[in-house]
Amino acid sequence: MTVESTAARKPRRSSGTKRAAGAASAAKPAAATAQTQDAEPQLVQLLTPQGDRVDNAENAEFAPFVADITTEDLRGLYRDMVMTRRFDGEATALQRQGELGLWASLLGQEAAQIGSGRALNDADYVFPTYREHGVAWCRGVDPTNLLGMFRGVNHGGWDPNTNNFHLYTIVIGSQTLHATGYAMGVAKDGADAAVIAYFGDGASSQGDVMEAFNFSAVYNSPVVFFCQNNQWAISEPTERQMRVPLYQRAQGFGFPGVRVDGNDVLACLAVTRWALDRARRGEGPTLVEAFTYRMGAHTTSDDPTKYRRDEETAAWESKDPIQRLKAHLLATGGADEAFFAELEAESEAMGKRVREAVRAMPDPDTMAIFENVYADGHALVDEERAQFAAYLASFESAEEGH
Amino acid sequence: MAVEKMSIAKALNESLRKALEQDPKVLIMGEDVGKLGGVFRITDGLQKDFGEERVIDTPLAESGIVGTAIGLALRGYRPVVEIQFDGFVFPAYDQIVTQLAKMHARALGKIKLPVVVRIPYGGAIGAVEHHSESPETLFAHVAGLKVVSPSNATDAYWMLQQAILSDDPVIFFEPKRRYWDKGEVDTEAIPGELHKSRVVREGADLTLAAYGPMVKVCVEAAAAAAEEGKSVEVLDLRSMSPVDFDGIQASVEKTRRLVVVHEAPVFLGVGSEIAARITERCFYHLEAPVLRVGGFHAPYPPARLEDEYLPGLDRVLDAVDRSLAY
Repeated sequence: MTVESTAARKPRRSSGTKRAAGAASAAKPAAATAQTQDAEPQLVQLLTPQGDRVDNAENAEFAPFVADITTEDLRGLYRDMVMTRRFDGEATALQRQGELGLWASLLGQEAAQIGSGRALNDADYVFPTYREHGVAWCRGVDPTNLLGMFRGVNHGGWDPNTNNFHLYTIVIGSQTLHATGYAMGVAKDGADAAVIAYFGDGASSQGDVMEAFNFSAVYNSPVVFFCQNNQWAISEPTERQMRVPLYQRAQGFGFPGVRVDGNDVLACLAVTRWALDRARRGEGPTLVEAFTYRMGAHTTSDDPTKYRRDEETAAWESKDPIQRLKAHLLATGGADEAFFAELEAESEAMGKRVREAVRAMPDPDTMAIFENVYADGHALVDEERAQFAAYLASFESAEEGH
Repeated sequence: MAVEKMSIAKALNESLRKALEQDPKVLIMGEDVGKLGGVFRITDGLQKDFGEERVIDTPLAESGIVGTAIGLALRGYRPVVEIQFDGFVFPAYDQIVTQLAKMHARALGKIKLPVVVRIPYGGAIGAVEHHSESPETLFAHVAGLKVVSPSNATDAYWMLQQAILSDDPVIFFEPKRRYWDKGEVDTEAIPGELHKSRVVREGADLTLAAYGPMVKVCVEAAAAAAEEGKSVEVLDLRSMSPVDFDGIQASVEKTRRLVVVHEAPVFLGVGSEIAARITERCFYHLEAPVLRVGGFHAPYPPARLEDEYLPGLDRVLDAVDRSLAY
């Protein structure tokens, strides 16, 4: 996509604010419907797929939010994406080797996750789905923590308050309400913080997501809804989820919606910083639609070749988020081959570490079934725990008898 | 001693007031809980005294109410949410069952979910569809939730505060047809345990176990049976999760007969579980099978038929006679 073609299209941002109200009201419903079929919809973009820096009227509001980004920062973003992809690839391999029961790959969505994840402050709070491995990386969550639930040794298992990163949520869209409630609490506390809720294009069909939009708007809560529109909800394309572009939905709830190039880490960083900044200033929620693509399967249990065309996947390969930043770094002299080689070695070492950690991960103790069901205890759980312990002990005493 | 006569509705209101006073993290949330004070006025005057930041009128969206309450609890608040009527809880059922009940375990105990979901429940007020249901079994079946129901003003006052103090999610069923029943409340007493049953009336020949709205019916049945020379003990279960099986067992070992009474359908109801457990625990003490009296396996009927659907004095006494006939 060229800069010119982007600029020529109609505005991509709807808003509840006075400033953009004119642009939003100018969009006709018929045109909006037609836009769902667009192969190249309008996006906030700062780096082209070729790695060229874009400066245009469309990104002018957001570009200042990454004006401070140094070459070293860009290398850092690149490192985050490479490490995340390596981790994700390792997990996929571990699933194929039978070490994990399931894996939800983020392949192709590294820029959306690293860009938005690096926009967060320490005090901000994240409510992820089950695919936010890159955001977890940005929060400093030990990658092996993410694998416990996929290996079947726990259902999450980490303390969300250690890194302000909530447990993965599997039921689609539920966490957008948790994020909204948490943000209501942040506002009550008068804290200088914001909350970000991740979800996908499929989740946008869920009632909970609409309720989260509405609650956050009504209470003016400091929450950013970050939708990674990866085009597919397992086998269902976005046409089965919506008739109008996702970001436009925010307008109906009374807050701004922005569509950003989800394969452009710099644009994702800028737009998310902008949205978080609004939230922290008390200007309420924002919907960010990161327009991206899931290059792999929904999870290791489905087969994308059954429901999508190779040409489509190939077209998105040319927009790869990592290659894009690499091209930019090479073209601007921001990094040399030594940097890339060093990073390759680092990511390989991380993959090895993860592999070893997963294989060493012990099964939980049998009696863990009864642990943490209740905080204050429960007579029935106590009774069943004692009965089951006695039952297990009966085998031991039987063995002793032989 | 500060003993005051008040209705269950007033006791709940006073209880919420005290909870709001004692802990700034306690919040009230729900539809119409602010200026109106709730459709049953349980939150009457609370927004006026504690402000819109503590007593929060919400959009009409039950999943949103419970889902945001979960988020507030994660932030350190103790939300008490009101579901307007029993039959309206189902849009929130997903959030309660898949999220609220499980999050503490999923985090290996690292986070707590002190959320109370208040639900006015049960029939006999002549209401329209979805306003008279008894869905307590659906919640008691879910590990991670605690489920309680007061039957009188004292319990209404104390059990609600205990539920708010609990670090576990508590589904708090309020017997709406008893809201206007008055009783003595000692606001300075030391309350009993939230999940212990209570002997309401001593008896020697048979135990009637009930909770919420049916306790009063059972007390009346015991009085009627006494006129026929039958000594019936009445047990107020108070808690459906956990159930105080020890308390029921103690009573049954004394009386040797048990009839469980609730408004909810008999099939797979709380009474079924109690019948099974007490049969296991008290097989050699029982003189008769444990009987159950409750609603039918049919949708809650139109109001003109609810007197037939709900267990009344006669159906309870019939079960008492059947048990004593063994």
